[in-house]
Amino acid sequence: MDIRPIFASLRRHRIPALLIVLEIALACAVLCNAVFMISQRVASIHLPNAIDETGMIEVTLDGTDPELAGSDIPRNLAALRGLPGVRAAAVVSTLPLSRNNWGWGFGTKPDDALTDRNSRNVSMYFLGSGGDAALGLRLLEGRLFNDGDYADSHFDKSPLPETHVVLVTRSLAEKMWPGQQAVGKTLYSMPHYYTVIGVVADVLRPYIGDVNSPANYDAAFFPMSAAGSKGALSHYVVRSAPADRDRLVREAEQKLAELNPGGVAHGRSYLEIRRGYFADMSSMAWMLVLVCVVMLAVTAFGIVGLTSFWVNQRRRQIGIRRAVGATRGHIMQYFQTENFLLSTGGVVLGMVLAFGINVYLMHRYEMARMPWFYLPAGAVALWLIGQASVLGPALRAAAVPPVVATRSG
Amino acid sequence: MFQYYLDLAWRSLRRNKVLTALMVLAIALGIGASITTLTVLHVLSGDPLPGRSAEIYYPQIDPQDLRGMSPSKEPPSQLTLIDGMNLLRAARADRQALMKGGEVPIQPEQSTLDPFYVNARYTTADFFPMFGTPFLFGHAWNSADDEAKARQVVISSDLNQKLFGGANSVGRTLRISGTAFQIVGVLDHWQPNPHFYDLNTGSYAYSEQVFLPLQTMIDLHLSQDGSNDCWGNGGGGTDTVLPADTCVWLQFWVQLKTPAEAAAYKQFLVHYSEEQRTLGRFQRPPNVRLRNLMQWLDYNGVVPDDVRLQTWLAFGFLVVCLVNTVGLMLAKFMRRAAELGVRRALGASRRALLVQLLIEAGVVGLVGGFGGALLALGGLWLVRQRSSDYAVLAHLDPSMLLMTFLLALGATLLAGLLPAWRACQIAPALQLKSN
Repeated sequence: MDIRPIFASLRRHRIPALLIVLEIALACAVLCNAVFMISQRVASIHLPNAIDETGMIEVTLDGTDPELAGSDIPRNLAALRGLPGVRAAAVVSTLPLSRNNWGWGFGTKPDDALTDRNSRNVSMYFLGSGGDAALGLRLLEGRLFNDGDYADSHFDKSPLPETHVVLVTRSLAEKMWPGQQAVGKTLYSMPHYYTVIGVVADVLRPYIGDVNSPANYDAAFFPMSAAGSKGALSHYVVRSAPADRDRLVREAEQKLAELNPGGVAHGRSYLEIRRGYFADMSSMAWMLVLVCVVMLAVTAFGIVGLTSFWVNQRRRQIGIRRAVGATRGHIMQYFQTENFLLSTGGVVLGMVLAFGINVYLMHRYEMARMPWFYLPAGAVALWLIGQASVLGPALRAAAVPPVVATRSG
Repeated sequence: MFQYYLDLAWRSLRRNKVLTALMVLAIALGIGASITTLTVLHVLSGDPLPGRSAEIYYPQIDPQDLRGMSPSKEPPSQLTLIDGMNLLRAARADRQALMKGGEVPIQPEQSTLDPFYVNARYTTADFFPMFGTPFLFGHAWNSADDEAKARQVVISSDLNQKLFGGANSVGRTLRISGTAFQIVGVLDHWQPNPHFYDLNTGSYAYSEQVFLPLQTMIDLHLSQDGSNDCWGNGGGGTDTVLPADTCVWLQFWVQLKTPAEAAAYKQFLVHYSEEQRTLGRFQRPPNVRLRNLMQWLDYNGVVPDDVRLQTWLAFGFLVVCLVNTVGLMLAKFMRRAAELGVRRALGASRRALLVQLLIEAGVVGLVGGFGGALLALGGLWLVRQRSSDYAVLAHLDPSMLLMTFLLALGATLLAGLLPAWRACQIAPALQLKSN
């Protein structure tokens, strides 16, 4: 099909043509960036986390006397293990995504201290006896803690535990000792040092950055005895089959409240913790989806409105073309091609704009660079929407009878 | 004339209902989305102490050792206990308060109530007059009570309601963490947003139920919450163990009534740092900051990035809607070329036509603004269903409502300008001829 007549006609309707191009360009730019933001959030929400999330519940117990932890904790755990359906129970200092973070800087050289620039901030998890099994940590190399490790560890004056063993995540091991065997190496924070006895699959930190942050899995696990925990162990973790989970939330909470009259027990499933952590992110993602859908609808209606107006203006021309032999298909094709040309102009401009917006957002809001394929994907989406919205007006144009040409007005 | 144009506009809009509805809908959607996000931004970046915030300052000094020092680095965002007490007792500002957050168990006398935990603020006496907290009953303690480690407490109206049914509880006893405290004051509802004086507790919709003297907390080893940064071999600060001398963990606020006083106070901070350095306590050269309240909030980036991004996005969306409206209006006005030609031929000036068409656009804008306000109310309701700490604050206030209509009207008039101008360029004779 010859497109020269289309250009000639567009030149005579510069303003409406420009408006369609502009509308498509803006929609394309906003769409690409919004979809990218949605994908970032969805990826965050689904970050893997190598603990048994589906079968785990947590009961926080506050307000007990830390001096009595040595006898209270074993008693509480024995009671929890006695509940029907419980496979493992332990007490830990915090859980992934619980927002309760204990961070500390560690280095790989003996004189590294907390504030050194080359020391790496690591989230510390203190696990009471059996904590590695209760969380369901997946061992990759080395070994997990044994009873001796748990019994030997305690807190003194420092917030660092008095022990010499540690488990690290694979991500942390790879960053601290790239390309080397981590088991047997030592983590330092003057004057404390810890030997890595095992590497476990990646567990998230209690507080994470955005999805691309390389530090999301920088976590280390330390054993901790109940008697020496100084109140640091207050999160009881109970593992069961997923079917027993919701019943156990209530039963475990009740059990701990009964056993500790002065304390306050609060139970929830791990999935609730995860949902709670990402609640904002998922509502932001839904809002973005809503904006995209409404924006595309508005764009489509705009194209329908302008093209309809156009068709009405050119009823006579269409009639003449039909009268001199153009088929309905020709007329349809004319409007579709015209829309395709305008959309092409729009998406080219839109892709440039989308890229610019992304660069600005990267600069201002620490956003990641948008992968290139978002641009053509957005372009194709706008092309399709353009073609879909022009269909109605084009059909109406094709329905113009040739006889219109012979009428005046 | 205005009324006549209004009448014309109304007739014209009713003649083509679909096109009008599309324009109104586009404006309403764009305005609704922008106003929703703008309201959230407006609420979050508000002034927590209107009329007073310019006099409230947050001093920072740098007591760290030489490890990891670089000249451009900001000083720590809190104080050590020693420095806090020194600055407090120096009393160089009009008012000053040193504070920390925490959580304490309340053990009610009534057997019907189980013990429960509440948020606590441990602070020195000036907190109340400096921040202008409203009292329902009683009053604050004074600085002599601070030094005497008095067992005195100020409680919130919520806690007073829960424990005493809202009656005047001043003089009564409250058991906190096993110690008997005397209630000296009951605050009226007071919840500054953001929770500016300690941002570690979460920035929005956070408030304390009990306020007690800082030194009493230290004496009784009550449990502290919030941030605690140490250097060197510093440690402690786990639950009831006090942080070491090489840890910053206290917030310090001062009130300085004039800029001259503020400049003098900054000088004082430099002198203090130098003095501590000659004493051997500080190792770094003086590195001080004195930000006022709003600067402090800005420095800490309290408004979440997501909220700003949403606002940008909403405005992008509004622009798409407006371009769309320009297109639709162009279609609408050009279709009326014949009518406009007749008016021109009968003697209406181009200017008159322009005014007429813009009034038509304005009517669309007002109706769209009305729809936009309704959508914004719905949008804010959705925001309030979210779990973030600021969600409960998202309400449309009168100024934002006015803003909705102004924005709608302004945006539509702007959008109408090009189509109206284009439509006025009609040559009257041509239009008459073709009919």
